Amino acid sequence: MAKADGVLAWPLHLAVLAVLLALNFVLPDYHHGIMARILVLAVFASGYNLLFGYAGLLSLGHALFFAAGLYGAGLSMTYLGAGPIGGFASGLIAGAIISLMVGLLALRTSGVAFMIVTMMFAQAAYLTILYFNAWTGGDQGLVLQQAARVIELGGIRIDLTDPETRYLTAWGLFAVTVVLMLVIARSRFGRVLVAIRENEERTRMLGFDAFANKLAATVISGTMAAAAGAAYAILFGYVGSTFASVQYSILPLLWVLLGGGATVLGALLGTVLMYYLVDGSSDVLQAWLPAWKLSHLGVVGVALILLVLFFPKGILGTVRERWARALP
Amino acid sequence: MSPLLTTRGLSKQYGGLRAVDGVDFSVQRGEVRAVIGPNGAGKTTFVSLICGRILPSAGTIQFDGRDITTLPAHRRVRLGIAYTFQITSVFANLSVFDNVALPVQRTLSDGRSRAHLHEAAMEALSHVGLTDRADMRAGALSYGHQRLLEVAMGLALKPRLLILDEPTQGLSDGEIENFIGLVKDISRSATVLLIEHNMPVVMALADRITVLEGGRILAEGTPEEIRSDSRVQHAYLGTPA
Repeated sequence: MAKADGVLAWPLHLAVLAVLLALNFVLPDYHHGIMARILVLAVFASGYNLLFGYAGLLSLGHALFFAAGLYGAGLSMTYLGAGPIGGFASGLIAGAIISLMVGLLALRTSGVAFMIVTMMFAQAAYLTILYFNAWTGGDQGLVLQQAARVIELGGIRIDLTDPETRYLTAWGLFAVTVVLMLVIARSRFGRVLVAIRENEERTRMLGFDAFANKLAATVISGTMAAAAGAAYAILFGYVGSTFASVQYSILPLLWVLLGGGATVLGALLGTVLMYYLVDGSSDVLQAWLPAWKLSHLGVVGVALILLVLFFPKGILGTVRERWARALP
Repeated sequence: MSPLLTTRGLSKQYGGLRAVDGVDFSVQRGEVRAVIGPNGAGKTTFVSLICGRILPSAGTIQFDGRDITTLPAHRRVRLGIAYTFQITSVFANLSVFDNVALPVQRTLSDGRSRAHLHEAAMEALSHVGLTDRADMRAGALSYGHQRLLEVAMGLALKPRLLILDEPTQGLSDGEIENFIGLVKDISRSATVLLIEHNMPVVMALADRITVLEGGRILAEGTPEEIRSDSRVQHAYLGTPA
């Protein structure tokens, strides 16, 4: 990254954050609720992007990390009487520990084996959640009571179930994520991750411990996913095993592929587009072709095929390649 | 003074093939040592054992008085052993600047140098004359420039032992001329281990030459001694020994 790049990157990303903040005041109720959800999921996508986009490690087990945060928050709030802050912290800790353990084992493999091993861990966790359904509620899940989702700190009462507070909290988490990703992407650590993605052997012969760097990336990525999971549980009050299923390992991959791997804003863009594509196509299919009983998944599939054919680097990846080489 | 690098009985066996077979070898500080030998003599395997890309089947390696036989490659780099690849392997999708920034930031993290990252990287590029191409994608460089970038990356590691694996392969005569000057320059601050096929380059640069054949040392000596050694002539030309 040359020096000139630094000039525009921060204003651009801060401007995007400002627009997202402004949306809180102008969006109609329906989209306001959806955007709050998308901002949390974009944190999940950003975490995935760190590992997949920057470090080049394709995990098919990120649902495990999201679920670690989700259940870390949900279980501690349900059974240990933790508040939102304690619940969020539990989720982060659970995510960090689990991603460290998974990283230590899975990073002994690479390529397809890494995909299979990470997926296997996630599936094992998914089945474990179902097995202990007395505690986890199994596929019914747990509903976090409204009273538990309120922060009371010395006279200040923050009700996280209020739509506006919820949006702003999601925005705050996403803003922290964007800043973190920008710092990492432009740091020495970020440069080493990209180097490992491009040529691991060469990076090692420049004196870098590839395993240690990949492990650090896995833990940061997994903890970010867990932060999203914990926030999701607290803000939307529901903890369920669907979020640990393989679908939630595939989704962040799709979001990042769509938005553009190794771009900070690609995670958000991909999540927004995919969410509205699924949402919109269900409506359109039902309104126009009700007799055909088509699933929105077909539309998503076609979109992905077009994406891979024409924009293999995702939207922002293509933008960067053609017009803005400096985009972090 | 003790040698910078010593190997004792160094061997690497692949199935039934002994690619490197009991090599006792040492390099003095500050020397330029060429390793030559026919194709398949085990030269690249030999230096790969030294830099740690592969681990030996038997034998020991000492660097600067320390046993590094089982040390992982990235730790050897931090001790000052740099390897430049035979097949150019710059990071094609990264900028030329990033390619040298990586080794520079390595030396900064190790505390082996205390410069500013940007300046130190630009200095490494100016050493090989690539300053004005810093923002280019490395893969877009000409082949000759990619070889120079590869050397710049090795140099930026501030090596005490720089291993150059067939650095002039595929370069034009003019480029080779510059390259000889560059290696002479490098040898003022680092010990150089040079694998090379191009005999004029070897003769112009090497203080001493080691000849490998069939994984063993066939001969060792000054360029003049090697030139007149009948066993070497036999190995290369097939003349009767």
